[in-house]
Amino acid sequence: MVHIGGARMIKVGDVIAERIFWIDRELLKKYADASGDQNPIHQDEAFAKSVGLPNVIAHGMLTMALAGKFISDWAGGPAAVKEFSARFTKPVIVPAGKEVDLTVSATVAEVDGAYIRLTISATSDGVKVLGMTKALVEKS
Amino acid sequence: MLNPDSVGRTFPGAKSFPVTASEIAAFATVIGEEDLTVAPPTFSIRISLEQSQELLSDPSVGLDWSRVVHGDQKFEVFRPIIAGDVLTCSSTIENYKAVAGNEIVTVRSDLHSAGELVVSTWSTLVVRA
Repeated sequence: MVHIGGARMIKVGDVIAERIFWIDRELLKKYADASGDQNPIHQDEAFAKSVGLPNVIAHGMLTMALAGKFISDWAGGPAAVKEFSARFTKPVIVPAGKEVDLTVSATVAEVDGAYIRLTISATSDGVKVLGMTKALVEKS
Repeated sequence: MLNPDSVGRTFPGAKSFPVTASEIAAFATVIGEEDLTVAPPTFSIRISLEQSQELLSDPSVGLDWSRVVHGDQKFEVFRPIIAGDVLTCSSTIENYKAVAGNEIVTVRSDLHSAGELVVSTWSTLVVRA
């Protein structure tokens, strides 16, 4: 495969087109098992409501992991992500029997050779769920 | 309330965590990652958050984990975690403040494999009033 220009073609302000990840209760169960985070607010609706939440919510770290997948796909794979940070501003609410969106996009904030800083946006049902989301990637 | 004397303390993790290919595959599959040769960049949370819970819940630290929500998370990946790594995790309470009745704690965790620093990760946790 021939790369023409590669990372040198990327400039500050470039937008990485948005992508939608779908989240349902089944995915929350799978993430709980894979991550070891079995907090019932991510699986048990009655429990979630008993602690004042509107419904079951996704693990913030699942949301962040999916945003990480978005940037690693763009950068050339999971090994390309060198730094990654996020603030959990609002929960992703996951009602039973529904798939809710996690809509992710990113903007190039800085280019230093192959090292690129991205600012990432993530919303669910139109609400910003991650804030201050940034990554440093080494793009291949 | 968190015991203010615990800020700045480092807790060397006693446990070691051997990383298996199937653990990486399980984590990667959830997010649709097909490259299973390395762990996804957030994989280390699996180890660091459990350890943070253990150390902050220790009676000498005194934080009420049942009221904790995750505020911020940051990773610095020096090299990706791979199957066969045997990770140790040492954690330091880097910062603590009480704001309007909420307590905000930042824990830094350094994950080493055979003496090599692989990942540093910061979790900011908010204990709701």
